[in-house]
Amino acid sequence: MLEKMIFGRYIPGTSFVHKLDPRSKLSFVFLFIIAVFLANNAVTYGILLGFTLLVIFSSRIRIYFLINGLKPIIFLIAFTFLMHIFFTKEGAIIVDWKFIKIYEEGLRQGIFISLRFLVLVLMTSILTLTTSPISITDGMEDLLNPFKRFKLPVHELALMMSISLRFIPTLMDETDKILKAQLARGSDISTGSIKQRIRAVIPLLVPLFVSAFKRAEDLAIAMEVRGYRGGEGRTRYRQLKWHWRDTVALALLGVLVAALVLLRG
Amino acid sequence: MMKEVLSMDHVSFSYQSEEGVTEKAIDDISFAVQQGEWIAIVGHNGSGKSTLAKLMIGLLFPDEGEVNVFIQKLSEANLWAIRSRMGFVFQNPDNQFVGSTVQDDVAFALENNGVPFTDMVTRVHESLAQVNMSNFHDHEPHHLSGGQKQRVAIAGALALKPELLLMDEATSMLDPQGRDEVIRVVEELKTKTGLTVISITHDLEEALLADRIVVMNKGKLLTTGTPTQIFARGDELEAIGLDLPFAMKVSRLLRESGMELFGEHMTEEELVNGLWTSHFSK
Amino acid sequence: MDISLQQVGYSYGRNTPFEKRALQGVDGTIKTGSYTAIIGHTGSGKSTLLMHLNGLLKPSEGIVQIGDTQITAGTKAKELKAVRRHVGIVFQFPEHQLFEETVEKDIMFGPMNFGVSKEESRKRAHELIELLGLPPDTAQKSPFDLSGGQMRRVAIAGVLAFKPSVLVLDEPTAGLDPRGRKEIMELFSRLHAEENLTTVLVTHSMEDAARYADNIIVMHNGHSVMAGTPQNIFGDEETLASFGLGVPRSVKLQRVVEKMIGRPLPVLALTEEDLATALARAASEEGDANA
Ligand SMILES: Nc1ncnc2c1ncn2[C@@H]1O[C@H](COP(=O)(O)OP(=O)(O)O)[C@@H](O)[C@H]1O
Ligand SMILES: Nc1ncnc2c1ncn2[C@@H]1O[C@H](COP(=O)(O)OP(=O)(O)O)[C@@H](O)[C@H]1O
Ligand SMILES: [Mg+2]
Ligand SMILES: [Mg+2]
Repeated sequence: MLEKMIFGRYIPGTSFVHKLDPRSKLSFVFLFIIAVFLANNAVTYGILLGFTLLVIFSSRIRIYFLINGLKPIIFLIAFTFLMHIFFTKEGAIIVDWKFIKIYEEGLRQGIFISLRFLVLVLMTSILTLTTSPISITDGMEDLLNPFKRFKLPVHELALMMSISLRFIPTLMDETDKILKAQLARGSDISTGSIKQRIRAVIPLLVPLFVSAFKRAEDLAIAMEVRGYRGGEGRTRYRQLKWHWRDTVALALLGVLVAALVLLRG
Repeated sequence: MMKEVLSMDHVSFSYQSEEGVTEKAIDDISFAVQQGEWIAIVGHNGSGKSTLAKLMIGLLFPDEGEVNVFIQKLSEANLWAIRSRMGFVFQNPDNQFVGSTVQDDVAFALENNGVPFTDMVTRVHESLAQVNMSNFHDHEPHHLSGGQKQRVAIAGALALKPELLLMDEATSMLDPQGRDEVIRVVEELKTKTGLTVISITHDLEEALLADRIVVMNKGKLLTTGTPTQIFARGDELEAIGLDLPFAMKVSRLLRESGMELFGEHMTEEELVNGLWTSHFSK
Repeated sequence: MDISLQQVGYSYGRNTPFEKRALQGVDGTIKTGSYTAIIGHTGSGKSTLLMHLNGLLKPSEGIVQIGDTQITAGTKAKELKAVRRHVGIVFQFPEHQLFEETVEKDIMFGPMNFGVSKEESRKRAHELIELLGLPPDTAQKSPFDLSGGQMRRVAIAGVLAFKPSVLVLDEPTAGLDPRGRKEIMELFSRLHAEENLTTVLVTHSMEDAARYADNIIVMHNGHSVMAGTPQNIFGDEETLASFGLGVPRSVKLQRVVEKMIGRPLPVLALTEEDLATALARAASEEGDANA
């Protein structure tokens, strides 16, 4: 089931979006998230949606995978939509059937809020789907560099993040293996009372922690032996390069913001 | 002129335990390694091999005796300088892969030692070429086999142009193919560059390639010598739970069955030759 | 309990961009009381296949028949637990599954999950500690205080404890030292012989496959490509080589000797003992001929 989720995964590729510098992509998504809140009428929401589809198109990620992989989140969006429809009681009544009353404002807000939610999720997914986690880390480290002055341990945070990312697949495999091993010994996580289920998690968690600690210990030794002594005096192998396409991407975002500001109600 | 790379001089070490009393994990060990030698350290699990390795790179310091690396006594003061001159490959291929891709991992030690970017690029390329992993620069660790990961670890060590390569059971978690790949790479390095290698291993075929074997038993050094000298003491080795080379097992079985065979047979070639001269060439 | 596979196929991550086919059209039979070795390259699908033998995975296509139970893509999860009681799997590095405070409790985990009483489970735990050659005071120790080899034994005991009729082993000796390897393999061999335990072994060691198994299945790229007795499989060096696999060292050496003396030895030497016997006989025949 987990393997179907694509939220937070990376699909390698060579599209325009894939090739953007992580710094420009990060800034782009950050600014986009703010820009989304500018939209407040049908036209501006329409523009947002159109813009998002354009980005998806130029990332060459198949819509089918996107929808399929984001299913759990789409349920959440649908739920938000229903909440708005049933609990907003403003404007004219447009549906009045037995005990169900739907107001115009409810429908309007439901659609807008869900759309907002949807474009945010789509845009951030496109970011993670087209940018390897390590590039995201590099981009962050670079963008956060100015904060070093305020004693923010930027290098350490970035290293921590890159190592965690590096070990996520390893630990996922490990979890799967331990789960299978305990299932083979008759443990059963999917049935029984809540209490029984919580108990059934212990045989999974204990070995996972033991293994994670062992790995962390080994890794710390391996890093020390290879001369790691903190960020001081360290050079960097990963170098980021800003291209014209990054400027173009940010300019496009500027156009979007301008359009939103001009056309909002 | 022989040049000493590493020596252990009456080294003893015990782990601190909660109860206080512990057996010595390393008990009065002395031996020296010369430049260009390939040393295999063998011994049953728990015989102290990894502890010995940790003493060699200053992850542990001896209770008694001295560890000398590159003719300096290993101490807190010269630790980092000495480490930058040696490479280390551990047992678990996953737990020593720090970088998120192959090239990042190879560059890790270079970054730590402040090597400038342009140098790094060439060294990463060269090192990966030396372990036959040139086509894998951008691969992520979970898409590599164990043997490939270990070769990347070797490349990571080579990038610093080390004078000594230490391997602690680097092949024991690999499948036969991975094991062959790694051994072949080390063999090649040794003949091409004269690198000094200390390799802890259970793999006898690997030990047979070494110039000298150090046998550990329960924290003590049982004996050291050339493979021929060591395996001449077959019974002793079996008694402490070590395996014998395949050809030797067969040759012993033949002798037990009353067949006349002359000389020792370490490799299959020697055995076949022995059989030929004593029995089939008439 | 017979197990049979009919045209079994399996894909990981179906309908995602990460879909990966691991098995395709696999056929095979594991007869009650047999000792089957599964050999093949890393990635050839051995572990995936093993997980079908006790319903940890359901085939995407085809049928897995375990005793009276038939498992297909549509089989309900509930029916699978019963199967797991009869087919025990010892995974690679099984010590990673230990979690209890004491060795005894960890061994009791399996049987108690399958409804064996506490007293009976404890009794079995103590029997197994003895059978596996662990010191008696191990029972009350924490499994995490044991040496690697001892942890491995405890983990194996944890599977033997629910008395499966089929024991499935995925590279059970990986990472052990030579003595540890030999002792564990001899233990399984003894269980197979004395308790008539049906055994399935995944191994990279052609020597172990040749020495212990009476039936071998060869996997390659997710397909079952060869099946037969060790004599048959290792007699066909060429086909094996086409799957990137070799023959046991004894067979290799036998071939060299045969070339040297210019005639084949009468039987395939599956172990070094076989080879020594064959060589001794050949040498004495040679002697007779020259006398
Ligand atoms: N961190 C540790 N704390 C306490 N004892 C240890 C530790 N590491 C190893 N030992 C003990 O030291 C002895 C030697 O272990 P080790 O050097 O790992 O042997 P080998 O590598 O030959 O298997 C063993 O008895 C082991 O239990
Ligand atoms: N959890 C998984 N998700 C995706 N692919 C997998 C998974 N487990 C194994 N595979 C793939 O399935 C194939 C068969 O793997 P496996 O059964 O583990 O082979 P073996 O045990 O022979 O090494 C390999 O290509 C492997 O990469
Ligand atoms: Mg060790
Ligand atoms: Mg496997």
